[in-house]
Amino acid sequence: MLGRLKQMLIKEFIQTLRDKRTRFILIGPPIIQMLVFGYAATYEIHHVPTVVLDLDQSTESRELVSRFTSSPYFDVQRQLTGASQIRELIDEGKATVGLEIDAGFARKLTKGQTAPLQVIVDATNSNTALIASSYISQIALGFARDYQVDRIGRIAPQLVERMPSVALEQRPWYNPGLSSRWFFVPGVIGSLTLVLVITLTAFAVVREREIGTLEQIMVTPIRPVEFILGKTVPFFLIGLFDISLIATVGTLWFRIPFRGHIWILLTGSVLFILCMLGVGLLISTVSSTQQQAMVTSFFFIMPAITFSGFGFPIATMPQWLQYCTYVVPLRYFLVVLRGVYLKGVGMEILWPQMAAMAGMACVLLTTAVLRFHKALD
Amino acid sequence: MSLTRLLAMARKEVIHIRRDSRSLFIVVIMPVTLMLLFGYGVNLDLKGLPVYVYDREGSRQSQDLLKRFQASEYFTVARVVDDYPAIAKALDDGRARMGVVIPWDFSQRLSDGCPVQVQALVDATDDNTANVLIGYAQAVVQGYSSDIQIDWLAKRGFSIQSAPVSVQTRTWYNEDLVSSSFIVPGVLALVMSVIGAFLTSLTIAREWERGSMEQLISTPVSAMEIMLGKLAPYFVIGMFDVAVCALIAIQWFHVPFRGSFATLAVSSALFMIVVLSMGFLISVLAKNQFAASQIALIVTFLPAFLLSGFLFAIEQMPVVLQWITRILPARYFVSALKMIFLKGTPTAMLYGDLIPLAVFAIVLALAATRAFHKRLE
Repeated sequence: MLGRLKQMLIKEFIQTLRDKRTRFILIGPPIIQMLVFGYAATYEIHHVPTVVLDLDQSTESRELVSRFTSSPYFDVQRQLTGASQIRELIDEGKATVGLEIDAGFARKLTKGQTAPLQVIVDATNSNTALIASSYISQIALGFARDYQVDRIGRIAPQLVERMPSVALEQRPWYNPGLSSRWFFVPGVIGSLTLVLVITLTAFAVVREREIGTLEQIMVTPIRPVEFILGKTVPFFLIGLFDISLIATVGTLWFRIPFRGHIWILLTGSVLFILCMLGVGLLISTVSSTQQQAMVTSFFFIMPAITFSGFGFPIATMPQWLQYCTYVVPLRYFLVVLRGVYLKGVGMEILWPQMAAMAGMACVLLTTAVLRFHKALD
Repeated sequence: MSLTRLLAMARKEVIHIRRDSRSLFIVVIMPVTLMLLFGYGVNLDLKGLPVYVYDREGSRQSQDLLKRFQASEYFTVARVVDDYPAIAKALDDGRARMGVVIPWDFSQRLSDGCPVQVQALVDATDDNTANVLIGYAQAVVQGYSSDIQIDWLAKRGFSIQSAPVSVQTRTWYNEDLVSSSFIVPGVLALVMSVIGAFLTSLTIAREWERGSMEQLISTPVSAMEIMLGKLAPYFVIGMFDVAVCALIAIQWFHVPFRGSFATLAVSSALFMIVVLSMGFLISVLAKNQFAASQIALIVTFLPAFLLSGFLFAIEQMPVVLQWITRILPARYFVSALKMIFLKGTPTAMLYGDLIPLAVFAIVLALAATRAFHKRLE
């Protein structure tokens, strides 16, 4: 048994690593994707193109505008003279935020009335719009608060000293710089492994079937178990190799903190790869051509990534969809990855995720092997 | 070129597609699936996030402030705890997204007229969620602070209007900041990339791999006829899918459609030519189906997903990456889609996107033809 398995493994490795292009695909695309994701995937906003229409031109209005100018989030590019310009610039996409201060802003302030700051936000990207609006209100409220204190200081200086106030002291844990990169890079390790292991496994089996070499193998004394092991062990090792490669590149290149223990990452990776091998094998049992295998994998991969919490929070999905996410293995692996990288937590927190992945691996692999037997008979 | 031969080629391809039930399936079901996937799965509008509260004082004032958190639709006070470790643990295992801690001398300091700090410990693993949470928490605390100040001043005989400045935000094009309105139009680009590049590159790579391409060449069919005949059915399918997707977007997800259908058709046709040519080019260059599918994924799907502005704002990417996006057709198509759907930009104003798309279509179609001729020789 061991002798035959060894031969099968040698054959599989030669077959996978023989082709220069396939060799490249195991290393090139994962690294490229890691880098592109690390740089491109960002929800942060900085230097939002902003235009200002200040019809008041008072000390107060200029003070308010200067708060936007000095903010790292906004890039005040132009001072406009007419209201129609705002519409034009935002329509053309040259500005994302338009601030409009009407004439009489300062007068209203001194009279103790509420002076409006009109804000127009291009919400084509609803997320940018949401975050930008939140920054805008914070800046405006800061201005309002300071103005209030100033005003009280003028009428009753003795009171200002003793006026109570409440402020929020924010402490973003795990990711103090609120960097999107820290959020995405650990996740990319999971999603890339998923794509790679599933497609490799599915293709390897289906290719033999399509070319007709599967029958040739079946007439040799090799047993189904040996065949399955021969097909999965190489991809298990390649998957593990790729996880280490992407993780190393991601961690060192983007300087993502690694706060947990390496053996937890390893345990999680092993369990996750086992799940993905099961999925890959299952896909191979239902596909007879490589094109079918690709199409089926794609159908599995898209929802598996979208519903995993990889880029979009699970908490905001409709409730029925949230229940569906429990059957997505990547969901658990992502918690492990982010837990190990950013939170530095250990088994005492991550055991439910590990247990879920172990259970799914068992179910998936057993079903795959059973179906496979049937497909071979 | 003869029309009869061309039609015969196209008919052969249609038969191929029809016979392979799964290809047919992907062509019909995939657009719908992707639309639903992203329409429901991607939601960045955060509401009801779990918050843990640690009220170290338990006075009337501290409860007042906490009630405001409770009243906000953005938070759900999941639990009231009585020490720091409980919050830390909940943040570690993800049961809470934020912990609010009110100091033990809260009301004392307020009545002494001192500034008080309320702590917000935020799980910033997901920076975007953290950012939004912090924004909302700031608004709650600032609102509370300004209210107690007004109260306090009123008791001392100073009547002050509420806030000196009010921010009146208007969000254009996507008035209610609905994530799906921003995401769903871009899904069209994804669908077309998959149909166009992915599927074609596979079908043609298959002819090479199986050797049936040589058989084709030995018939009187010219290279041009082979290419056009192979691609025509996919062009029709792609355009049909665009129509289906647009219908789902408008009818099901209620994405506003403010532009003209003619413009949508023209820009989709241009992009379809681009992706089909790319798919053809890839299949000519790649030797086998696995390599073809992986390359198609890297050069069409990934850019359409990551670098097109579909999800992540291009202006927020590093400058080098912004330059790279300029050579990606998907970027122009996604931008055109968002303008057509949300902004209703007139066709004449879309030249910035349509001209590059047309150029890409011509260049890539020529490149594909050349590469095909060369390979045949």
